[in-house]
Amino acid sequence: MRVSVDREKCVGSGQCVLSAAGVFDQSDEDGIVVLLDESPPADVHMDVRRAASLCPALAITVTES
Amino acid sequence: MSLHIADSGAPAQPDGIPDYPMPRAAGCPFDPAPALRDLRAEAPLVKVRTWDGSTPWLVTRHAEQRALLADRRISADVTRPGYPHVTAASRERRLRTRAFIGMDDPEHARLRRMVTAPFAIKRVEALRPAIQRIVDRLIDDMLAGPKPVDLVQAFALPVPSLVICELLGVPYADHDFFQRNTRVLVNRDQPPEAMREAVDALIDYLERLVAEKLAHPAADLLSKLGVEQVRRGELTAHELAVTGMLLLVAGHETTANMIALGTLALLEHPDQLAALRATDDPKLIAGAVEELLRYLSIVHSGRRRVALEDIEIGGRVIHAGDGVIMANEVANRDEDVFTDPDRLDVHRDARGHVAFGFGVHQCLGQPLARVELQVVYGTLYRRVPGLRLAVDRDQVPFKHDGLIYGVYELPVTW
Ligand code: HEM
Ligand code: SF4
Repeated sequence: MRVSVDREKCVGSGQCVLSAAGVFDQSDEDGIVVLLDESPPADVHMDVRRAASLCPALAITVTES
Repeated sequence: MSLHIADSGAPAQPDGIPDYPMPRAAGCPFDPAPALRDLRAEAPLVKVRTWDGSTPWLVTRHAEQRALLADRRISADVTRPGYPHVTAASRERRLRTRAFIGMDDPEHARLRRMVTAPFAIKRVEALRPAIQRIVDRLIDDMLAGPKPVDLVQAFALPVPSLVICELLGVPYADHDFFQRNTRVLVNRDQPPEAMREAVDALIDYLERLVAEKLAHPAADLLSKLGVEQVRRGELTAHELAVTGMLLLVAGHETTANMIALGTLALLEHPDQLAALRATDDPKLIAGAVEELLRYLSIVHSGRRRVALEDIEIGGRVIHAGDGVIMANEVANRDEDVFTDPDRLDVHRDARGHVAFGFGVHQCLGQPLARVELQVVYGTLYRRVPGLRLAVDRDQVPFKHDGLIYGVYELPVTW
Protein backbone atom coordinates (compact mmCIF):
# COMPACT_ATOMS: atom_id res chain seq x y z
CA MET A 1 0.00 0.00 0.00
CA ARG A 2 1.21 3.49 -0.91
CA VAL A 3 -0.16 6.57 0.83
CA SER A 4 0.10 10.21 -0.19
CA VAL A 5 -1.34 13.41 1.26
CA ASP A 6 -2.13 16.77 -0.29
CA ARG A 7 -1.12 19.44 2.20
CA GLU A 8 -2.77 22.13 0.08
CA LYS A 9 -6.18 20.50 0.42
CA CYS A 10 -5.86 19.50 4.10
CA VAL A 11 -8.01 21.46 6.58
CA GLY A 12 -6.41 20.07 9.75
CA SER A 13 -9.47 18.16 10.96
CA GLY A 14 -7.30 15.55 12.67
CA GLN A 15 -9.48 12.63 11.50
CA CYS A 16 -6.45 10.86 10.00
CA VAL A 17 -4.43 11.14 13.23
CA LEU A 18 -7.34 9.71 15.21
CA SER A 19 -7.68 6.80 12.77
CA ALA A 20 -4.00 5.91 12.22
CA ALA A 21 -1.66 7.79 14.54
CA GLY A 22 1.46 5.96 13.38
CA VAL A 23 0.92 6.97 9.79
CA PHE A 24 -0.36 10.54 10.08
CA ASP A 25 0.54 13.48 12.28
CA GLN A 26 -0.13 17.22 12.21
CA SER A 27 2.50 19.92 12.02
CA ASP A 28 3.02 21.95 15.22
CA GLU A 29 3.37 25.00 13.04
CA ASP A 30 -0.02 25.04 11.29
CA GLY A 31 -1.94 21.87 12.23
CA ILE A 32 -1.73 20.57 8.64
CA VAL A 33 -1.19 16.85 7.96
CA VAL A 34 2.29 15.30 8.02
CA LEU A 35 2.72 11.85 6.48
CA LEU A 36 4.89 9.67 8.71
CA ASP A 37 4.87 6.47 6.70
CA GLU A 38 4.18 6.29 2.99
CA SER A 39 4.15 2.50 2.86
CA PRO A 40 2.56 1.45 6.16
CA PRO A 41 2.63 -2.17 7.39
CA ALA A 42 -0.29 -4.49 6.68
CA ASP A 43 -1.69 -4.42 10.21
CA VAL A 44 -2.68 -0.76 9.85
CA HIS A 45 -4.06 -0.89 6.30
CA MET A 46 -7.65 -0.92 7.54
CA ASP A 47 -6.99 2.15 9.67
CA VAL A 48 -5.37 3.98 6.77
CA ARG A 49 -8.31 3.23 4.47
CA ARG A 50 -10.56 4.48 7.22
CA ALA A 51 -8.53 7.70 7.51
CA ALA A 52 -8.83 8.26 3.77
CA SER A 53 -12.59 7.77 3.84
CA LEU A 54 -13.07 10.05 6.86
CA CYS A 55 -10.83 12.85 5.55
CA PRO A 56 -13.27 15.70 4.91
CA ALA A 57 -10.94 17.42 2.44
CA LEU A 58 -10.32 14.29 0.31
CA ALA A 59 -6.62 14.96 0.88
CA ILE A 60 -5.48 11.36 1.38
CA THR A 61 -4.82 9.00 -1.53
CA VAL A 62 -4.32 5.30 -0.96
CA THR A 63 -2.95 3.09 -3.73
CA GLU A 64 -3.31 -0.61 -3.07
CA SER A 65 -0.50 -2.75 -4.44
CA MET B 1 -46.84 12.62 -3.18
CA SER B 2 -48.32 15.75 -1.60
CA LEU B 3 -50.98 13.76 0.19
CA HIS B 4 -48.37 11.44 1.58
CA ILE B 5 -46.34 14.35 2.91
CA ALA B 6 -49.40 16.06 4.36
CA ASP B 7 -50.18 12.85 6.19
CA SER B 8 -46.80 12.84 7.80
CA GLY B 9 -47.08 16.33 9.23
CA ALA B 10 -45.46 18.67 6.69
CA PRO B 11 -47.92 21.22 5.36
CA ALA B 12 -47.63 20.67 1.60
CA GLN B 13 -48.34 23.62 -0.67
CA PRO B 14 -50.67 23.20 -3.66
CA ASP B 15 -47.58 22.76 -5.84
CA GLY B 16 -46.52 19.77 -3.72
CA ILE B 17 -43.44 21.50 -2.32
CA PRO B 18 -43.32 20.88 1.45
CA ASP B 19 -42.43 23.55 3.97
CA TYR B 20 -39.06 23.27 5.70
CA PRO B 21 -38.10 22.92 8.52
CA MET B 22 -40.60 20.34 9.69
CA PRO B 23 -41.64 19.66 13.27
CA ARG B 24 -40.32 16.68 15.22
CA ALA B 25 -42.99 14.26 16.44
CA ALA B 26 -44.35 14.81 19.95
CA GLY B 27 -42.79 12.29 22.31
CA CYS B 28 -39.80 11.59 20.01
CA PRO B 29 -37.43 14.45 20.84
CA PHE B 30 -34.30 12.60 19.67
CA ASP B 31 -35.60 11.62 16.24
CA PRO B 32 -35.66 13.72 13.08
CA ALA B 33 -39.00 15.10 11.91
CA PRO B 34 -41.13 12.24 10.49
CA ALA B 35 -41.78 14.25 7.32
CA LEU B 36 -38.04 14.58 6.77
CA ARG B 37 -37.60 10.84 6.91
CA ASP B 38 -40.46 10.31 4.48
CA LEU B 39 -38.71 12.65 2.07
CA ARG B 40 -35.52 10.66 2.54
CA ALA B 41 -37.33 7.49 1.62
CA GLU B 42 -38.62 9.16 -1.54
CA ALA B 43 -35.52 10.77 -3.01
CA PRO B 44 -31.95 11.81 -2.20
CA LEU B 45 -32.87 15.40 -2.95
CA VAL B 46 -36.13 17.29 -3.08
CA LYS B 47 -37.23 20.91 -3.29
CA VAL B 48 -38.57 22.49 -0.10
CA ARG B 49 -40.10 25.87 0.66
CA THR B 50 -38.44 27.99 3.35
CA TRP B 51 -39.35 31.08 5.43
CA ASP B 52 -38.81 33.62 2.63
CA GLY B 53 -40.73 31.65 0.01
CA SER B 54 -37.59 30.43 -1.73
CA THR B 55 -37.32 26.76 -2.76
CA PRO B 56 -33.82 25.38 -2.17
CA TRP B 57 -32.92 21.71 -2.50
CA LEU B 58 -33.02 19.57 0.59
CA VAL B 59 -30.47 16.75 0.48
CA THR B 60 -31.65 13.83 2.59
CA ARG B 61 -29.10 11.04 2.18
CA HIS B 62 -25.65 10.47 3.58
CA ALA B 63 -23.83 9.73 0.30
CA GLU B 64 -25.19 12.78 -1.52
CA GLN B 65 -24.54 15.07 1.47
CA ARG B 66 -20.91 13.98 1.66
CA ALA B 67 -20.45 14.31 -2.09
CA LEU B 68 -21.95 17.80 -2.20
CA LEU B 69 -20.17 19.10 0.90
CA ALA B 70 -16.84 18.06 -0.63
CA ASP B 71 -17.71 19.49 -4.07
CA ARG B 72 -15.89 22.66 -5.13
CA ARG B 73 -18.89 23.68 -7.24
CA ILE B 74 -20.77 24.34 -3.98
CA SER B 75 -20.27 27.61 -2.11
CA ALA B 76 -20.62 28.51 1.59
CA ASP B 77 -20.39 32.23 0.79
CA VAL B 78 -23.25 33.82 2.73
CA THR B 79 -23.20 36.96 0.57
CA ARG B 80 -24.09 35.11 -2.66
CA PRO B 81 -27.58 35.50 -4.06
CA GLY B 82 -29.46 32.26 -3.56
CA TYR B 83 -27.67 31.33 -0.31
CA PRO B 84 -30.45 29.73 1.75
CA HIS B 85 -30.36 31.61 5.06
CA VAL B 86 -32.04 29.94 8.04
CA THR B 87 -34.19 32.95 8.97
CA ALA B 88 -34.12 36.74 8.56
CA ALA B 89 -32.39 37.00 11.93
CA SER B 90 -29.77 34.47 11.00
CA ARG B 91 -29.10 36.29 7.70
CA GLU B 92 -28.63 39.50 9.69
CA ARG B 93 -26.03 37.82 11.87
CA ARG B 94 -24.14 36.01 9.11
CA LEU B 95 -23.82 39.15 6.98
CA ARG B 96 -22.94 41.43 9.88
CA THR B 97 -20.12 39.24 11.12
CA ARG B 98 -18.88 37.24 8.20
CA ALA B 99 -16.38 34.75 9.56
CA PHE B 100 -14.55 32.09 7.54
CA ILE B 101 -17.42 29.64 8.07
CA GLY B 102 -19.30 31.81 5.55
CA MET B 103 -16.50 32.15 2.96
CA ASP B 104 -14.98 30.03 0.21
CA ASP B 105 -11.35 29.19 -0.46
CA PRO B 106 -8.87 30.76 -0.84
CA GLU B 107 -10.20 33.34 1.71
CA HIS B 108 -11.57 30.58 3.94
CA ALA B 109 -8.35 28.55 3.90
CA ARG B 110 -6.20 31.58 4.69
CA LEU B 111 -8.21 32.47 7.79
CA ARG B 112 -8.89 28.90 8.97
CA ARG B 113 -5.19 28.00 8.76
CA MET B 114 -4.27 30.83 11.10
CA VAL B 115 -6.26 29.14 13.88
CA THR B 116 -5.79 25.46 13.03
CA ALA B 117 -2.65 24.58 15.01
CA PRO B 118 -4.18 24.94 18.51
CA PHE B 119 -6.93 22.46 17.55
CA ALA B 120 -4.54 19.75 16.33
CA ILE B 121 -5.02 16.37 18.01
CA LYS B 122 -1.80 16.46 20.05
CA ARG B 123 -2.33 20.02 21.22
CA VAL B 124 -5.86 19.23 22.37
CA GLU B 125 -4.80 15.95 24.02
CA ALA B 126 -2.39 18.03 26.11
CA LEU B 127 -5.41 19.92 27.49
CA ARG B 128 -7.12 16.73 28.71
CA PRO B 129 -5.80 16.92 32.32
CA ALA B 130 -6.92 20.56 32.62
CA ILE B 131 -10.35 19.66 31.20
CA GLN B 132 -10.58 16.75 33.66
CA ARG B 133 -9.84 19.16 36.53
CA ILE B 134 -12.54 21.57 35.37
CA VAL B 135 -15.08 18.74 35.11
CA ASP B 136 -14.16 17.32 38.53
CA ARG B 137 -14.37 20.71 40.21
CA LEU B 138 -17.80 21.45 38.73
CA ILE B 139 -19.05 18.04 39.88
CA ASP B 140 -17.62 18.68 43.39
CA ASP B 141 -19.51 21.98 43.52
CA MET B 142 -22.70 20.38 42.27
CA LEU B 143 -22.52 17.55 44.80
CA ALA B 144 -21.87 20.02 47.62
CA GLY B 145 -24.78 22.28 46.61
CA PRO B 146 -28.57 22.03 46.84
CA LYS B 147 -30.58 19.66 44.68
CA PRO B 148 -32.37 19.47 42.34
CA VAL B 149 -30.11 21.51 40.11
CA ASP B 150 -30.28 22.64 36.48
CA LEU B 151 -27.55 20.60 34.80
CA VAL B 152 -27.33 23.13 31.95
CA GLN B 153 -26.35 26.06 34.18
CA ALA B 154 -24.40 24.09 36.77
CA PHE B 155 -22.38 21.93 34.41
CA ALA B 156 -23.14 21.69 30.69
CA LEU B 157 -22.48 25.36 29.90
CA PRO B 158 -19.58 26.04 32.29
CA VAL B 159 -17.44 23.12 31.03
CA PRO B 160 -16.97 24.28 27.42
CA SER B 161 -17.16 27.97 28.37
CA LEU B 162 -14.29 27.65 30.84
CA VAL B 163 -12.24 25.69 28.30
CA ILE B 164 -12.74 28.04 25.35
CA CYS B 165 -12.22 31.14 27.55
CA GLU B 166 -8.90 29.76 28.72
CA LEU B 167 -7.82 28.89 25.19
CA LEU B 168 -8.82 32.23 23.65
CA GLY B 169 -7.96 34.43 26.61
CA VAL B 170 -11.51 35.64 27.23
CA PRO B 171 -12.13 36.44 30.93
CA TYR B 172 -14.58 33.80 32.22
CA ALA B 173 -15.90 36.42 34.64
CA ASP B 174 -17.73 37.88 31.62
CA HIS B 175 -19.64 34.64 30.98
CA ASP B 176 -23.07 36.08 31.89
CA PHE B 177 -22.56 38.70 29.21
CA PHE B 178 -21.41 36.44 26.38
CA GLN B 179 -23.73 33.55 27.21
CA ARG B 180 -26.73 35.89 27.28
CA ASN B 181 -25.85 37.34 23.87
CA THR B 182 -24.98 33.93 22.45
CA ARG B 183 -28.44 32.73 23.45
CA VAL B 184 -29.86 35.39 21.12
CA LEU B 185 -27.46 34.45 18.33
CA VAL B 186 -28.40 30.80 18.27
CA ASN B 187 -32.16 31.33 18.41
CA ARG B 188 -33.60 31.25 14.93
CA ASP B 189 -36.82 33.08 15.80
CA GLN B 190 -35.30 36.35 17.04
CA PRO B 191 -36.45 39.65 15.53
CA PRO B 192 -33.56 40.95 13.36
CA GLU B 193 -33.33 43.99 15.68
CA ALA B 194 -32.52 41.87 18.72
CA MET B 195 -30.04 39.90 16.65
CA ARG B 196 -28.29 43.07 15.52
CA GLU B 197 -27.98 44.28 19.11
CA ALA B 198 -26.54 41.00 20.36
CA VAL B 199 -24.08 40.72 17.47
CA ASP B 200 -22.90 44.31 17.91
CA ALA B 201 -22.49 43.85 21.65
CA LEU B 202 -20.34 40.75 21.15
CA ILE B 203 -18.22 42.26 18.38
CA ASP B 204 -17.71 45.41 20.37
CA TYR B 205 -16.64 43.30 23.36
CA LEU B 206 -14.20 41.25 21.29
CA GLU B 207 -12.74 44.32 19.57
CA ARG B 208 -11.99 45.85 22.96
CA LEU B 209 -10.48 42.59 24.10
CA VAL B 210 -8.28 42.38 20.99
CA ALA B 211 -7.06 45.95 21.59
CA GLU B 212 -6.17 44.96 25.15
CA LYS B 213 -4.29 41.85 23.96
CA LEU B 214 -2.35 43.93 21.46
CA ALA B 215 -1.34 46.30 24.24
CA HIS B 216 -0.55 43.54 26.77
CA PRO B 217 -0.09 40.19 25.02
CA ALA B 218 -0.51 37.09 27.18
CA ALA B 219 -0.09 33.37 26.43
CA ASP B 220 -3.49 32.90 24.78
CA LEU B 221 -4.74 32.49 21.20
CA LEU B 222 -6.12 36.03 20.77
CA SER B 223 -2.77 37.48 21.92
CA LYS B 224 -0.82 35.16 19.68
CA LEU B 225 -2.90 36.06 16.64
CA GLY B 226 -2.71 39.71 17.59
CA VAL B 227 1.06 39.63 17.73
CA GLU B 228 1.68 37.29 14.78
CA GLN B 229 -1.02 38.38 12.37
CA VAL B 230 -2.50 41.77 13.24
CA ARG B 231 0.79 43.51 13.98
CA ARG B 232 2.25 42.18 10.72
CA GLY B 233 -0.76 43.39 8.77
CA GLU B 234 -1.94 39.87 7.81
CA LEU B 235 -5.23 40.33 9.62
CA THR B 236 -7.17 43.41 10.76
CA ALA B 237 -8.17 43.78 14.40
CA HIS B 238 -11.80 43.56 13.28
CA GLU B 239 -11.17 40.26 11.42
CA LEU B 240 -9.55 38.89 14.55
CA ALA B 241 -12.56 39.95 16.62
CA VAL B 242 -14.90 38.19 14.15
CA THR B 243 -12.80 35.01 14.24
CA GLY B 244 -12.70 35.22 18.04
CA MET B 245 -16.46 35.52 18.14
CA LEU B 246 -16.89 32.46 15.89
CA LEU B 247 -14.63 30.41 18.17
CA LEU B 248 -16.25 31.69 21.36
CA VAL B 249 -19.80 31.01 20.17
CA ALA B 250 -19.11 27.72 18.35
CA GLY B 251 -16.86 26.66 21.20
CA HIS B 252 -19.43 26.63 23.97
CA GLU B 253 -23.00 26.40 22.65
CA THR B 254 -22.47 23.19 20.69
CA THR B 255 -20.63 21.17 23.32
CA ALA B 256 -22.97 22.41 26.06
CA ASN B 257 -25.96 21.06 24.13
CA MET B 258 -24.22 17.74 23.55
CA ILE B 259 -23.61 17.44 27.30
CA ALA B 260 -27.17 18.20 28.42
CA LEU B 261 -29.06 16.49 25.58
CA GLY B 262 -26.64 13.55 25.67
CA THR B 263 -27.26 13.11 29.38
CA LEU B 264 -31.02 13.13 28.83
CA ALA B 265 -30.69 10.58 26.00
CA LEU B 266 -28.60 8.32 28.23
CA LEU B 267 -31.05 8.63 31.13
CA GLU B 268 -33.75 7.45 28.71
CA HIS B 269 -31.58 4.51 27.61
CA PRO B 270 -30.52 3.01 30.96
CA ASP B 271 -28.75 0.02 29.37
CA GLN B 272 -26.51 2.37 27.37
CA LEU B 273 -25.87 4.53 30.41
CA ALA B 274 -24.97 1.43 32.42
CA ALA B 275 -22.48 0.33 29.74
CA LEU B 276 -20.81 3.72 29.88
CA ARG B 277 -20.77 3.86 33.68
CA ALA B 278 -19.26 0.39 33.95
CA THR B 279 -16.24 1.09 31.77
CA ASP B 280 -12.99 2.95 31.97
CA ASP B 281 -12.00 1.83 28.47
CA PRO B 282 -11.15 5.05 26.61
CA LYS B 283 -12.03 3.34 23.30
CA LEU B 284 -15.58 2.60 24.43
CA ILE B 285 -16.01 6.12 25.78
CA ALA B 286 -14.66 7.63 22.54
CA GLY B 287 -17.04 5.39 20.59
CA ALA B 288 -19.97 6.51 22.74
CA VAL B 289 -19.12 10.15 21.97
CA GLU B 290 -19.25 9.42 18.22
CA GLU B 291 -22.53 7.55 18.63
CA LEU B 292 -24.14 10.38 20.59
CA LEU B 293 -22.91 12.90 18.01
CA ARG B 294 -24.57 10.77 15.32
CA TYR B 295 -27.75 10.01 17.23
CA LEU B 296 -28.39 13.56 18.43
CA SER B 297 -27.12 15.51 15.38
CA ILE B 298 -27.57 18.75 17.32
CA VAL B 299 -26.60 21.16 14.54
CA HIS B 300 -30.05 20.54 13.07
CA SER B 301 -30.58 23.58 10.86
CA GLY B 302 -28.77 22.00 7.93
CA ARG B 303 -25.44 22.76 6.29
CA ARG B 304 -26.38 25.56 3.92
CA ARG B 305 -24.78 26.13 0.53
CA VAL B 306 -25.41 27.61 -2.91
CA ALA B 307 -24.45 25.98 -6.23
CA LEU B 308 -21.87 27.79 -8.38
CA GLU B 309 -22.45 25.58 -11.44
CA ASP B 310 -25.01 23.02 -12.57
CA ILE B 311 -24.45 19.79 -10.66
CA GLU B 312 -25.97 16.45 -11.61
CA ILE B 313 -26.56 14.28 -8.59
CA GLY B 314 -29.05 11.69 -7.36
CA GLY B 315 -30.95 11.77 -10.65
CA ARG B 316 -31.55 15.53 -10.41
CA VAL B 317 -29.81 18.66 -11.62
CA ILE B 318 -28.99 21.37 -9.11
CA HIS B 319 -28.76 24.54 -11.18
CA ALA B 320 -26.18 27.25 -10.66
CA GLY B 321 -27.60 29.69 -8.11
CA ASP B 322 -29.86 27.12 -6.39
CA GLY B 323 -29.73 26.95 -2.62
CA VAL B 324 -28.85 23.58 -1.09
CA ILE B 325 -29.57 22.38 2.48
CA MET B 326 -27.94 19.25 3.91
CA ALA B 327 -29.93 17.97 6.90
CA ASN B 328 -27.44 16.00 8.99
CA GLU B 329 -30.06 14.56 11.32
CA VAL B 330 -31.51 12.37 8.52
CA ALA B 331 -28.15 11.52 6.95
CA ASN B 332 -27.00 10.28 10.34
CA ARG B 333 -30.02 7.95 10.42
CA ASP B 334 -29.39 6.64 6.89
CA GLU B 335 -29.91 2.88 6.94
CA ASP B 336 -27.57 2.44 3.97
CA VAL B 337 -24.74 3.54 6.27
CA PHE B 338 -25.81 2.68 9.82
CA THR B 339 -27.50 -0.59 10.74
CA ASP B 340 -30.66 -0.12 12.76
CA PRO B 341 -30.00 3.65 12.67
CA ASP B 342 -32.66 4.69 15.19
CA ARG B 343 -31.09 2.64 17.94
CA LEU B 344 -28.71 4.42 20.31
CA ASP B 345 -25.88 1.91 20.61
CA VAL B 346 -22.67 3.08 22.27
CA HIS B 347 -20.88 -0.04 21.02
CA ARG B 348 -21.34 0.68 17.32
CA ASP B 349 -18.73 2.26 15.05
CA ALA B 350 -20.43 5.58 14.30
CA ARG B 351 -17.38 7.44 12.96
CA GLY B 352 -18.84 7.92 9.51
CA HIS B 353 -21.41 10.42 10.83
CA VAL B 354 -21.70 13.92 9.41
CA ALA B 355 -22.47 15.63 12.74
CA PHE B 356 -19.36 17.79 12.27
CA GLY B 357 -20.19 18.36 8.61
CA PHE B 358 -17.93 17.30 5.73
CA GLY B 359 -15.72 19.08 3.20
CA VAL B 360 -13.41 21.99 3.90
CA HIS B 361 -15.73 23.50 6.51
CA GLN B 362 -15.83 20.38 8.65
CA CYS B 363 -15.72 21.47 12.27
CA LEU B 364 -12.40 22.99 13.25
CA GLY B 365 -13.09 22.43 16.95
CA GLN B 366 -13.93 18.72 16.65
CA PRO B 367 -10.80 17.46 18.46
CA LEU B 368 -11.61 19.77 21.38
CA ALA B 369 -15.30 18.83 21.40
CA ARG B 370 -14.34 15.15 21.40
CA VAL B 371 -11.98 15.44 24.37
CA GLU B 372 -14.47 17.56 26.34
CA LEU B 373 -17.25 15.05 25.73
CA GLN B 374 -15.03 12.04 26.46
CA VAL B 375 -14.06 13.55 29.80
CA VAL B 376 -17.65 14.50 30.63
CA TYR B 377 -19.33 11.22 29.61
CA GLY B 378 -16.50 9.26 31.22
CA THR B 379 -16.75 11.12 34.53
CA LEU B 380 -20.22 12.49 35.29
CA TYR B 381 -22.20 9.24 35.45
CA ARG B 382 -19.52 7.43 37.44
CA ARG B 383 -19.19 10.19 39.98
CA VAL B 384 -22.97 10.76 40.24
CA PRO B 385 -24.31 7.21 39.88
CA GLY B 386 -27.81 8.10 41.06
CA LEU B 387 -28.22 10.92 38.53
CA ARG B 388 -31.84 11.21 37.38
CA LEU B 389 -34.39 13.69 36.06
CA ALA B 390 -36.06 15.81 38.74
CA VAL B 391 -39.13 16.51 36.57
CA ASP B 392 -41.29 14.54 34.14
CA ARG B 393 -39.75 14.19 30.72
CA ASP B 394 -42.75 16.09 29.28
CA GLN B 395 -41.65 19.14 31.21
CA VAL B 396 -38.16 19.33 29.74
CA PRO B 397 -38.04 22.32 27.35
CA PHE B 398 -36.41 21.37 24.03
CA LYS B 399 -34.75 23.88 21.72
CA HIS B 400 -37.10 23.38 18.78
CA ASP B 401 -36.47 27.03 17.87
CA GLY B 402 -32.70 26.73 18.21
CA LEU B 403 -30.14 26.84 15.43
CA ILE B 404 -28.54 24.16 17.56
CA TYR B 405 -30.76 21.54 19.17
CA GLY B 406 -30.69 20.74 22.87
CA VAL B 407 -32.58 21.48 26.07
CA TYR B 408 -33.01 24.89 27.69
CA GLU B 409 -32.78 23.35 31.13
CA LEU B 410 -32.38 19.92 32.62
CA PRO B 411 -33.44 19.72 36.27
CA VAL B 412 -31.66 16.74 37.80
CA THR B 413 -31.20 15.20 41.21
CA TRP B 414 -29.33 12.12 42.57
C1 HEM C 1 -20.09 18.79 19.77
C2 HEM C 1 -19.77 19.95 19.45
C3 HEM C 1 -19.75 20.53 18.05
C4 HEM C 1 -20.51 20.24 16.95
C5 HEM C 1 -21.63 19.21 16.82
C6 HEM C 1 -20.04 21.10 15.88
C7 HEM C 1 -20.55 21.09 14.58
C8 HEM C 1 -20.04 21.82 13.54
C9 HEM C 1 -20.49 21.72 12.16
C10 HEM C 1 -21.61 20.82 11.66
C11 HEM C 1 -19.74 22.57 11.41
C12 HEM C 1 -19.81 22.75 9.90
C13 HEM C 1 -20.55 23.97 9.46
C14 HEM C 1 -20.73 24.02 7.95
O1 HEM C 1 -20.26 23.15 7.24
O2 HEM C 1 -21.39 24.95 7.48
C15 HEM C 1 -18.83 23.23 12.32
C16 HEM C 1 -17.91 24.18 11.94
C17 HEM C 1 -17.10 24.85 12.84
N1 HEM C 1 -16.96 24.59 14.19
FE1 HEM C 1 -17.90 23.18 15.24
N2 HEM C 1 -19.03 21.89 16.35
C18 HEM C 1 -18.81 21.56 17.68
C19 HEM C 1 -17.86 22.11 18.51
C20 HEM C 1 -16.99 23.11 18.18
C21 HEM C 1 -16.00 23.67 19.05
C22 HEM C 1 -15.72 23.23 20.48
C23 HEM C 1 -15.38 24.66 18.32
C24 HEM C 1 -14.26 25.61 18.67
C25 HEM C 1 -13.62 25.77 19.66
C26 HEM C 1 -15.97 24.69 17.00
C27 HEM C 1 -15.59 25.55 15.99
C28 HEM C 1 -16.03 25.47 14.69
C29 HEM C 1 -15.56 26.34 13.63
C30 HEM C 1 -14.53 27.44 13.76
C31 HEM C 1 -16.23 25.95 12.46
C32 HEM C 1 -16.09 26.56 11.07
C33 HEM C 1 -15.13 25.76 10.26
C34 HEM C 1 -14.98 26.25 8.84
O3 HEM C 1 -15.87 26.93 8.31
O4 HEM C 1 -13.94 25.96 8.24
N3 HEM C 1 -16.94 23.74 16.96
N4 HEM C 1 -19.02 22.74 13.60
S1 SF4 D 1 -8.12 13.94 7.84
FE1 SF4 D 1 -7.64 15.08 5.96
S2 SF4 D 1 -8.15 17.21 6.45
FE2 SF4 D 1 -8.05 16.12 8.38
S3 SF4 D 1 -5.94 16.46 9.07
FE3 SF4 D 1 -5.95 14.50 7.97
S4 SF4 D 1 -5.43 15.05 5.88
FE4 SF4 D 1 -5.99 16.94 6.88
